[in-house]
Amino acid sequence: MFDVDLIRKDFPVLSRELPGGRSLVYLDSGNSSQKPNQVIDTMRDHLAHHYSNVGRAHHTLGAESTAAYEDARDAVAAFVKAPSRDEVIFTKNASEALNLVAYAFGNPIATDERFRVGPGDEIVISEMEHHSNIVPWQLLAQRTGATLRWFKVTDEGRLDLDGLDDLVNERTKIVSIVHQSNVLGTVNSVSPILARARQVGALMMLDASQSVPHMPVDVTELGVDFVAFTGHKMVGPSGIGVLWGRRELLDAMPPFLGGGEMIEAVWMDRSTYAPVPHKFEAGTPPIVEAIGLGAAAGYLTGIGMADVKAHEKALTGYALDALGEIPGLKVIGPRTNIARGGTISFTLKNLSGDDIHPHDVGQVLDDAFGIAVRVGHHCARPLHLRFGIPATTRASLYLYNTTDEIDALARGLHHVQKVFG
Amino acid sequence: MIAESMYQELILEHYKHPQGRGLRDPFDAEVHHVNPTCGDEITLRVKVDEGKVLDVSYEGQGCSISQAAASVLHELATGSTVEESLGVVDEFTRLMQGRGQVEADEDVLGDAVAFAGVAKYPARVKCALLSWMAYKDAVVRSA
Repeated sequence: MFDVDLIRKDFPVLSRELPGGRSLVYLDSGNSSQKPNQVIDTMRDHLAHHYSNVGRAHHTLGAESTAAYEDARDAVAAFVKAPSRDEVIFTKNASEALNLVAYAFGNPIATDERFRVGPGDEIVISEMEHHSNIVPWQLLAQRTGATLRWFKVTDEGRLDLDGLDDLVNERTKIVSIVHQSNVLGTVNSVSPILARARQVGALMMLDASQSVPHMPVDVTELGVDFVAFTGHKMVGPSGIGVLWGRRELLDAMPPFLGGGEMIEAVWMDRSTYAPVPHKFEAGTPPIVEAIGLGAAAGYLTGIGMADVKAHEKALTGYALDALGEIPGLKVIGPRTNIARGGTISFTLKNLSGDDIHPHDVGQVLDDAFGIAVRVGHHCARPLHLRFGIPATTRASLYLYNTTDEIDALARGLHHVQKVFG
Repeated sequence: MIAESMYQELILEHYKHPQGRGLRDPFDAEVHHVNPTCGDEITLRVKVDEGKVLDVSYEGQGCSISQAAASVLHELATGSTVEESLGVVDEFTRLMQGRGQVEADEDVLGDAVAFAGVAKYPARVKCALLSWMAYKDAVVRSA
């Protein structure tokens, strides 16, 4: 039984007081989520009683640390229904996971045809991507002479699939798009794009940084080749991210970073590599962070991702209604509560019809009411350019948010309009 | 309410009624500065004659802090000497980069002292400094 009051008790920060006696209204989980005691305690306990290096320490603590680290991999694999635990690669964040895949392409070491990229080949992304799913592909295009192309976004904030068959074609090597937009909240429909990618023999990757924390995600059911997500947005720590990839592809890919523990044998002039996942985990990994992520996956599983999704859907509907009643507020993204998550970005005018800059909105919300939102372009500048705006204010909801907090946001926005009226 | 320490009445007044806004001729130098983290931008022109600042004109978009700072800059710099105005820029920069620990010299800063509260917000310091850095750049280029 989903009980938001009980859930809030798990997150110590939610009951803290801000300077000036303000209570905290945290509406910035799309940026980074808060952490429950279950994650904090697991990490503290590991640091206090079990910590050692993993994989290469042959003593009791080494065995305990390695077991905990690998248990975390099992927990993450189970969380996204990975067919094999070896398909779960720990990275430092989603950006690294995306870069890992992007650097597998056009690498002379890669002998597999699917990863060969050169002039004439095409890479497809979309206009609604976070910079982390744009820049690695720009770099790939620059390295190889391939052409970068992208899906447009409709006025309502959906992917424009009208030109799908032209955009994804026989020259396409990979399609990499966001599962849930970090600005619009839009949840993209994967299957039509995937079907076309399969038709033309292209690979497909999803940036699931904003979906895995908020809905049940089953990588097998999605059917794509690679999925990237990050720990700190799913009640886990920062410094740990995940790449899930199909085993057969991971095996065919060249290593990304070279270093300790990613090898099988090393000579002075050459090396052979460890099997996945270790092939892609060079150097001492973020051990305690991975263990914290495992605890986060366990925590969310205990609550139930279907219930998390249902809670956020109800909150999103409530928020869209409440914000819709504020004159001069314009939601950038779907206004209907269908195929969208709890990320709501908007622009705001005062009652005379002048724009109020998001920095001013965010500052007054924080200073006057303790409401934490994100302001700016949210690492999605091209999307803001597409809508002809420099920045937005973004409220992003999570399992611990309440309708009272949305009421507080609405009151705060009315106040902002008065200050800058 | 902590906001009051940042959004001084004077800042809001300058924001709502910007002084000297709009690009004017003649000018000796024009610069365009942007704040990449938030997209604030300003185009600024200076007209200097024999060490005296005859006009500072500007056009830009951004938050209340960045727009008000440009307006205050216009009032302080126009009519003063280049040397004096650069002294004010230095004092303003010292105040903004002082993390709220610096006591502002009101004799030097005049109305710009109203921005003292901004220094406590690292994310907003660049907003306040945008037009002032653009001015410094323009003056150097006009020489």
